[in-house]
This record gives sequence, C-alpha cells and structure tokens, in this order.
Amino acid sequence: MATKGDWVRIHSIVLTAAERTAKIPEDTQRCDLQQWTKGFLQDESAAVGDTVTVKTAANRRVRGTLIEEGPYYTHSYGTFVPEIIEIDKQPRALMWEGK
Amino acid sequence: MNSTGYTLDEVGKIQARTAVGNTPLIELRNITALARRYAAPGRGARIFAKDEAANPSGSFKARRAACAVAHAKKLGYKGVMAATSGNYGAAVASQAAMQGMECIVVQECYDSRGVGQPEIIEKARKCEAYGAEVVQLSVGPELFYSYLTIMQETGYFNASLYSPFGIAGVETLGYEIATQCREMVGRDPDMVVCTNAGGGMITGTARGLIKAGSPHTTMVAASIDLVGLHMASDSQFNKKSCTTGHTGFGVPYATDPDHSDTPRSAARSLRYMDRYVTVKQGEVFYCTEMLANLEGLERGPAGNTALAAAFSLAQEMPEDGVLVISETEYTGAGKHIQPQLSFARDNGIEILFGDPATEDKVGVNIVLPKDPGHIKHQEADITRFRQSLIKKACARAGVATPTPQDLVFLAEETKTDVDFVKATLGPTAD
Repeated sequence: MATKGDWVRIHSIVLTAAERTAKIPEDTQRCDLQQWTKGFLQDESAAVGDTVTVKTAANRRVRGTLIEEGPYYTHSYGTFVPEIIEIDKQPRALMWEGK
Repeated sequence: MNSTGYTLDEVGKIQARTAVGNTPLIELRNITALARRYAAPGRGARIFAKDEAANPSGSFKARRAACAVAHAKKLGYKGVMAATSGNYGAAVASQAAMQGMECIVVQECYDSRGVGQPEIIEKARKCEAYGAEVVQLSVGPELFYSYLTIMQETGYFNASLYSPFGIAGVETLGYEIATQCREMVGRDPDMVVCTNAGGGMITGTARGLIKAGSPHTTMVAASIDLVGLHMASDSQFNKKSCTTGHTGFGVPYATDPDHSDTPRSAARSLRYMDRYVTVKQGEVFYCTEMLANLEGLERGPAGNTALAAAFSLAQEMPEDGVLVISETEYTGAGKHIQPQLSFARDNGIEILFGDPATEDKVGVNIVLPKDPGHIKHQEADITRFRQSLIKKACARAGVATPTPQDLVFLAEETKTDVDFVKATLGPTAD
C-alpha cells in the first residue's frame, strides 16, 4: 500500500490499438500505445492496480494505473558472454605476442 | 541556420560556461598499428578519436543541448523538452540541471510486452539522475503525438535535436577537430568519420570544419547496417542490439530530413556527406573491446560505429594520412557490449565468430569478425540516396517542373550539381 507522497510508477494507454496511425507495421498496429512515468503519489493511499494521480519530477500532474511502489532500476551488465573474453584476447595477442 | 543569431564564437562561449566541448583529441596509436597489418605497404592512416565522452553528460549531445537550453533560459521558459531514446535526453537534462530549469524527456523504450532495450533504460536512469521527468512509451511513431500533447500542456521549450540551435552546437566539434589536428600533426584532417543517425553530427561537424577553413576534408557517414528491420515494428524492436547510429535512422533522415519534430530540420546530412558507409553490429562490438584493450579507453558501443568504419577506411589511405572519428560516448550498465550481447542472446539472436560481410543476418545473428582482417566497411550507394532526396523533395512540394532556384537548391541539398538534379528528375526538369 502506497501513501501520499510516496514515489511510484504509473502506466496508461495513450492510444488503443484501434486509434493508432495507419502508417505503422501490422504487428505494432495490433498493440495499444502504452506510457509509463513516475512521480509522488497525490492520493491519500493506493494499491497496485488503482487509478491514481502523481506529481512528476517536472511537477506535472499525471493520471494512470499504479504499477510499482518505490520503483528502481534493474538493468545491469548482463550475463556472461564468453565471446567477449575471446575478443579481448585477440587484438592483444596480435599486437604484443612475441614482443 | 542563420536564424540562431549566435556566431560560432558565441556558441563556444555558451558551451564553455557549462564545461561542454574542448574535449581531447586522442591518437589511437595501437589501433592504427593493427590496422596497418591488414593494409597494403605504405597504407594505413593515423586514426584519432575525439573523446566526446568527456562532456558533462557523456556524449557530444551536450553540445547540441547547451545552445538550445541556454536560449530557452534567455527567452524565459521554465522548462525544456526533448523526444529521444538516445544520449540527447541526458544532455538536455544535464543542461537543464545547470540552468535551474525543469526537463521532460520522452523516449520510445519498450515493446508491447514491456520489455525495454537495456541501453534506453540506462539513458532513462541518467536523465532521472539529472532531475528530469522521463516519459516512456511503447514502440511507434505516435511518440510525437504524446510529445506535442505534453508540450502543449506545459508550454516548455522544444529543445529539438533538429533545430538550428542543436546543429550550431555541433559546429564547435568540427572547429575543434581542425584546430587540434593543426596543433598535433600540423595539418588538417584528410577524413572525418561520423556515426550517422539523424544527421546532426555530420552536418554540424562539417560546417565547423568549413568555418575553420578546412573545406576539403572528406566527410564520411557511418551507420550500422540494419537494413531489413522495420523501426516501427513492435516485434522487431528488441531484435536490434544498437539503438542508434544505424541505417534505420540514418538513411530515412538523410533522404528526407524534414520528418522529425521541427517543420524544417537543420540536420541535412547529404549537403555535407562525401561517402556513406555501413558496418555490421558484430564489427562495432569487436571494435569496442579493441578500443578498451589496445587503447585503454572503455567507451559505449554506439559511438564506435565510426571506429569500426575507420579501422577499415584507414587501410585505403596513405600512412601519413589523418583520419578522425568525431566522437566517443560514455558507457554504463545496459549501455555496454556485455548486456547488449546477452540481451541479444536472450532474444534468440545467435552470436558467432565469422565473416560479418557475408554471414551477417539482421535480426537473426550477430557475427563477430573472426580476426581484425574481417572488419570491412561496405560502401552504401550515396548516388541513390541523393536521387531519392531530390525525388522526395519534389514530390513533397508538389513540384513537377522545378524553377532554376529549385535546381540550385536541390544541388546544394545533395552536394551535387544542377546537371545531376536534372538527370535525376528526367525531361520534366528542363
């Protein structure tokens, strides 16, 4: 449960699939145009799934569905890619081996 | 471009106030030596890189943002906006932070499943670090609808990538390249290679070189070859591993510059481009690691598109030739070869060593060159791009029989001559 002033992430549909422009590929045409933003919760309290209003970092009021309380980043340096080790070794070997 | 009202000198001063520009020009001696191993005797130009990662926001985009945000401040705007999934968002956010302004960045980030490109997510994080609001959207060109709606609501300044302010900001980059080359090697660069997407980099850099008195430098645009992937396709969005500097932006913007968020784009790359070359994703990833391992410079992959092209282009040139790559960019979580390759693998893309020129299949695999001898740029058909621009411009303006002024304009637009324009348009042009 989030309370007023908590930093949350919201989601909304900007255009439904039916409202989208004709000038896009068919696979995209079948999807809604979705939007995500973050801000301070303006409602007294709310749970994930509720329609809420937030005040964003740019002090804009935006309505949407609450999807995350205390949102944080999880992007990373990925998982092990063995090919990178090989790339790292090759130019060094070509340049410096035997010297 | 005259509409900015700022001279090159004034732009330089605006940028200097926020520590933008005057970045180091670094000679890549080891990469040059390696390239010469694959060149004919006496071939293999000296390769230099302009270390634009040293700008406050980590890329050359700080130059583009500085002028626009300073102008917005002068006009009394409370905030600025930019529509971008790239480094430009961080640049505008960084500048806005320095000027005490609000900032909203609108980016295309996710596919319909909510799966985001790691590189774009990192850029959102960076914008937020500078205090900006980031509005993220799923795939589709209606991003500009959202963008304009928010602009109308807030009344913020459109710090478009494609305004004359943005391009004027890049002119200092070309100017610095010319003056630094004169200081370091006593001459002008023979060739400057620019990673090409929307065309602003090559346009501004070439204009700066001309202003520095170096009009004969060969200007080469380099893009990652993603021909075959549709940029507005939801299902193909996460099949690419580089989010910018590829043909999906480079070619449409070159041949039809006026389809961005400004009525008339100041980024008109075919006016300045002498050659357009492409490289493969695998070659760019390889060169990113090569830059780290041979030069001790860990930089983001997208800016290394020009490096991959340069490694091969330098081999065509004499040893005393001077080739400059116009940028590097910052690197970080998501915006790094490792997450980009592991993300590709997670999305069903095969990663293998081989010959990128013959084995690369866009959206299917990433072919890492089996050795540096297999890093080879491909020459794109610039004549066809020029013809395409001329035809599209006439069609857009509804012009069947161009006036003599139209012909001169189109010749300038394409760095050709009136005869080329006439030949492109056929008998109706006479």
